[in-house]
Amino acid sequence: MLEIRVHGRGGQGAVTSAELIAIAAINTGRFAQAFPSFGPERRGAPVVAFCRVDDRKINIRAKVYNPDAVVVLDPGLVTLLDPTEGMVEGGILIMNTRKSPEAVETSKGSSIRIATVDADRIAIEELGRAIVNTTMIGAFIKVTGLISINDIRGPLLDRFGSKLGERNLKALERAYHEVAIKG
Amino acid sequence: MAKPMDQITWQELQVGAVVVEIGNSTQYETGSWRSERPVVEKEKCIKCMFCWLYCPEGCIHEAAEGHFEADLTYCKGCGICAAECPAKCITMISEEK
Amino acid sequence: MGKVRKGVEVSIAIADAVAQADVDVIAAYPITPQTHIVEHLSEIVADGELDAEYVPVDSEHSAMSVCCGSAAVGARTFTSTSSQGLALMSEIFFIAAAMRLPMVMALANRSLSSPLSIWNDHSDVMMVRDAGWICIFVENGQETYDNIFCAFRMSEDPEVMLPVAVNLDGFILTHMIEPVEYEDDDLIRRYLPEFKMKNALHPDHPVSMGCFGMPEIYTEAQMNREMGVRNSYPHIVKAWEEWGRLTGRHYRPVETYRTDDAEYCIVTMGSYGETAMEVVDALRAEGEKVGVVKIRLWRPFPLDEFRAAVLGKKHLIVVDRAITFGGQGGPVATELRSALYKRDGAPTIVNYVAGLAGRDVSRKDFRSIITEGRKKAEAGDTEGFTLYGLRG
Repeated sequence: MLEIRVHGRGGQGAVTSAELIAIAAINTGRFAQAFPSFGPERRGAPVVAFCRVDDRKINIRAKVYNPDAVVVLDPGLVTLLDPTEGMVEGGILIMNTRKSPEAVETSKGSSIRIATVDADRIAIEELGRAIVNTTMIGAFIKVTGLISINDIRGPLLDRFGSKLGERNLKALERAYHEVAIKG
Repeated sequence: MAKPMDQITWQELQVGAVVVEIGNSTQYETGSWRSERPVVEKEKCIKCMFCWLYCPEGCIHEAAEGHFEADLTYCKGCGICAAECPAKCITMISEEK
Repeated sequence: MGKVRKGVEVSIAIADAVAQADVDVIAAYPITPQTHIVEHLSEIVADGELDAEYVPVDSEHSAMSVCCGSAAVGARTFTSTSSQGLALMSEIFFIAAAMRLPMVMALANRSLSSPLSIWNDHSDVMMVRDAGWICIFVENGQETYDNIFCAFRMSEDPEVMLPVAVNLDGFILTHMIEPVEYEDDDLIRRYLPEFKMKNALHPDHPVSMGCFGMPEIYTEAQMNREMGVRNSYPHIVKAWEEWGRLTGRHYRPVETYRTDDAEYCIVTMGSYGETAMEVVDALRAEGEKVGVVKIRLWRPFPLDEFRAAVLGKKHLIVVDRAITFGGQGGPVATELRSALYKRDGAPTIVNYVAGLAGRDVSRKDFRSIITEGRKKAEAGDTEGFTLYGLRG
C-alpha cells in the first residue's frame, strides 16, 4: 500500500489532487481512498488531504500518519509546518518550488528523496494562474510511477471538462518532464 | 368502533394505530358535556344558516319546518350559534330541571 | 445506469443509489449540518434525471414533516441529516415510526453540541435510539450504497412498515472517495418492487392517522408498535439475503471476523470495524487469539445472533462512539451487558469510548485498546467505561 499526503492551502485544490490520483488508480482496477483532513473549509488556511492506493481492499479508517509520498502545493507552507513529519524512510517529498532538490533542506536529511518542480511558473504559463494541484500530479506521476499520464487523463477531463481539462493536462505533462529528483 | 376502546387488544389495532372506520367520531357522544341547550324561536329564524356554518361540532341540521336545530346527542352547549345568529332567535337555556 | 465500478465520494454514491431507487419525494434542509448527499440529489432532480419532488424546507423539523406526509400517501421517500439536524427533527422522527411510515434516511453520524462540533461520533443516533426506527450501521462506501436499496426494501415491506436509518460515519465515510460497484438499474427494479402502502391517505378511501390516544388505548398502541419493530427482524434478514443472492454481497445483523477460535473479541459498530479487522490480522500474526464482532443491525437489536456470536468467549472489548452521561457505559456496551446478564458462558465486557467528535482512532490506538482492554478484563476491571486517549 502506498500512502500519500498532500499539503496545500484552503482553495488550492489539495483534496482534488488526492481525489484525481485515487480515481485514476481505481479506474485501473486497484483500490484507493482519498479524503480531506475533515473540518470547516477555510480559504488560505493550511490544509491536508490524504490518499491511499493498494492492490487489495483498504480497511483503514484513519488518517495517514506515515506517508510514502508527500506533495507540497505551496512552498510557503514549510515555514509553518514540517511536511516530512512521519514520512517513512526512502519516502519521497515532492515540492512546488523554484529551488533545485539539492537546495531543499528537511529534518529527514538523506533518509528521504526529494523532487522539485516550479509548478507556479508552469501553471501561470499554461492555466493563467498559480493553481498547481493538477500540475503537481504530473511530478507525482513521474517520481512514483503509481499511475500513468494516460490513467489521469479521464478523471481530469471528467472533472474539468474537455477545454480546461486539456490545459490542465498540458500543465501536468510539463511538470512530468520538468520535475528534478535527488536521491 | 366495533368495540369500546377499553376492550380493544393490541393485536386488533391497525399498523400505526390508523383508524380505518370512517366517521367513527359519531360514536363519541359529546352531548353529555352540555350545561345549556340552544332553543330556537322558529318564527324569527331567517334561514341564513349562520348557526349551521359556525357550529364547531357540525351538529346543526335543517328541521322539517325549514328552520335549523342542533342535534342534542352531540351539541356541547357552547353557545356560538346563539352568539352568531343575526336574527337573535337562539337562546341558551339551562339544562337544570 | 449499468453495472460499473467507480471511484466516487460516498455521499455521491448514496445520492446515485437514491436516484436508482426511483424515489418520489426528497425533503431536506440544505444547510449545515448537511452533506453532499442531498446537494447531489438536488442536481439530479434539477437536471431531469430523476422524476421526483425535491422539497428544500426551512428546517429539519419541516423536512421530517414533509417526509411523513409523503410517506402517508404511499410515496417512496428519502431524507438525510446529521447531529443538530436530527435533534431538531426528533419530534417528528418519533412520529414517523409510531405512525409506521416507510421512508429511508441516510444518517451521517456526527456529534451533538456543545462544544460546537461538526465531526463524527454516534451521539446523534443514540439520542433517538428508542424511537422505533430500524437502524443499520455500515462500514464503507459499498455497504452504504447497497444498504440504501436494502433499506427501502425493508421499510416498504408490508410486514415491516417502518422507517429505516442507514447510519454512516460522518466525514469518515461521507467525505471519502473510494471504489463503489454500482448495480444495474434492471437489478434494482427486480429487487425493489413498487411501493404499495396499505391504508395510504387517499380521498377514495379515507383513514385517520395519528389519532388521539386515551390511556385506555395508548398501552395497546405501544405494544402494537413494539411488536412491529420486533417482528421486522426476519424480514430485514430476508431483504439482505435476497440482495446477497443478486449481488454476491452479503449482510447479517451481526457479523464476525476471525472469531471461530478467538478467546476474546473487539466489538464495533460502524466504520471502526474495518480498522479493527486490520489490527486483528496483525495481532493474529503475533499469535493473539482475537476476533472482531460487528453490530450491523442496532434496532431491532439482534439478541439471538449476538449471543450466538459471543457466548463462550472469555472477554469482549466494546468500543463505543458515544457517552450515556451518568449511565454505566457507552450505549453499545450497556446494551451488550444487558444482553449477556446471567447467561452461561457470557464473556466479561470492558468498555472504551473513543473517537468522539472525529478524534482519529488509528491502528495504533486499536492495538492499545485491545491489549490494554484484555489486561483490564483479566484483572476483573470491567465496571463502567474508559474514555480512550483522555488527557488528565
